Parts: sequence; structure tokens; C-alpha cells
Amino acid sequence: MIRVQETPFDPGEELAAICDGGTAIGGVCSFVGLVRDMPPGSLSAMTLEHYPGMTERMLAEIDRQAHDRWPLEASRVIHRYGRMEPGEAIVFVATASAHRQAAFESGQFLIDWLKTRAPFWKFEETADGGRWVDARTEDDDAAARWVRDRDQTIA
Amino acid sequence: MKVLYFAWVRNAVGTGQEDLQPPAEVGTVQQLLDWLADRSAGHGEALADRARIRVAVNQAFAAPEDPVAAGDEVAIFPPVTGG
Repeated sequence: MIRVQETPFDPGEELAAICDGGTAIGGVCSFVGLVRDMPPGSLSAMTLEHYPGMTERMLAEIDRQAHDRWPLEASRVIHRYGRMEPGEAIVFVATASAHRQAAFESGQFLIDWLKTRAPFWKFEETADGGRWVDARTEDDDAAARWVRDRDQTIA
Repeated sequence: MKVLYFAWVRNAVGTGQEDLQPPAEVGTVQQLLDWLADRSAGHGEALADRARIRVAVNQAFAAPEDPVAAGDEVAIFPPVTGG
């Protein structure tokens, strides 16, 4: 399940919802990405811009690949856009499977891939105005760990 | 052709969307970027370093040699930073 929204979400409610997805589920893994203020006091807010249409398309494609590669009972990917303050949740990824290994691996796959494939851009508001966040090569490296031949379709 | 700009590319170009009719010899992503770069100082600045630019054609990531045609939706943006 994919959601792209401006409004805040409650990570606890989302986690409870996927845990309630049926008795075939033996394990659920979740990741919550938060707006970070580091060093403390340096960031007043962050605005996420996105490409409506392509965002949903890419998240659906990434989610489909996770279901192709692992035996998942359910998945839940939520990504916010718009203005957020430090401590607010930006992204939520959870995966449910009969066994923990599939849940752990597919959850990491989802967050690694969406960081390098979903069209979002972070703008940091700071005391001296603001700046667009640069992409990190570490994120590309993290996503590349998952590349197998058939992943080239979205490379 | 609808051309969209996002993040600092949009800031440099000065608009988020243009409806354009490139000349017939513009047949690939690379040729489109070359043509766009001459439209204004802002376009030129945004497209100066192609290593910092990513392109999507009809909402799918595209390479420099991929084709573009009238009626396509082409988006030009920096490497993504979501998650």
C-alpha cells in the first residue's frame, strides 16, 4: 500500500494497521524517517518538493519489486511532502511476512530504493535562508547493493 | 511538449513549467537539454553541469540518448533526496 500525502501520519497507528493484516503474518519490520536538526538549533524546518504522478508511479514500482523478490503478506509505504519541522515523521516503511528475514530485507530494500528513485527533493530552512540538500553517494551505494539483473528495468 | 522543472533547477530557470515546441532536429534528451540551455541565462545556469541533472520522460527516468517527441512530458531535476 502506497500513500503520498501532505498531512502528518501517526507511525504507531500505521504499524498497528499492518500488524492487523491477518494470521499468516509472523513478523513485521518498520522504519520511520524523521526530520533531523543536527547540530541542534541549525534547522528551523524542511520542505519536501515532489513530482506528483511520477512519485506515486515510482513508489508503486518499487513496492511491486519488493513483493516480487520476497514472500510478503503486506507492505506499507507512506511519504510526506510539504513543510515539516524537526522531529516530524517524513517517511514510513513497513513490511509483513511469515518470517523475519523477508520482512527485514524487503524493508531495507524499500527505503534504500525509494531514496534514490522516488522524485522528492529536500529544502532546508536555516538561519541564513536555506539550501537544497545534495544527494549522497552513500545512498546510491546502498541502493546498488540490491541490484540484480532484473532491477535494471528501473535503473 | 510539456517541460517541468523541480527544486533548484526550477529556481534557476525561474518557472516550474513551460509548454514548448522544440525544432525538429531535437530528437533526444541530450539534444533537448542543449536546446533548452540557450533559452535564457537561467536555463544555461541550471543545465551547465549535466552530472547534476536527471531527466524523466513521461514520468520514467531517461538517459541522454533516449528519444523525446512532441506531446511528451519531460521533467528536469537534481538527483533525488527523499526518504
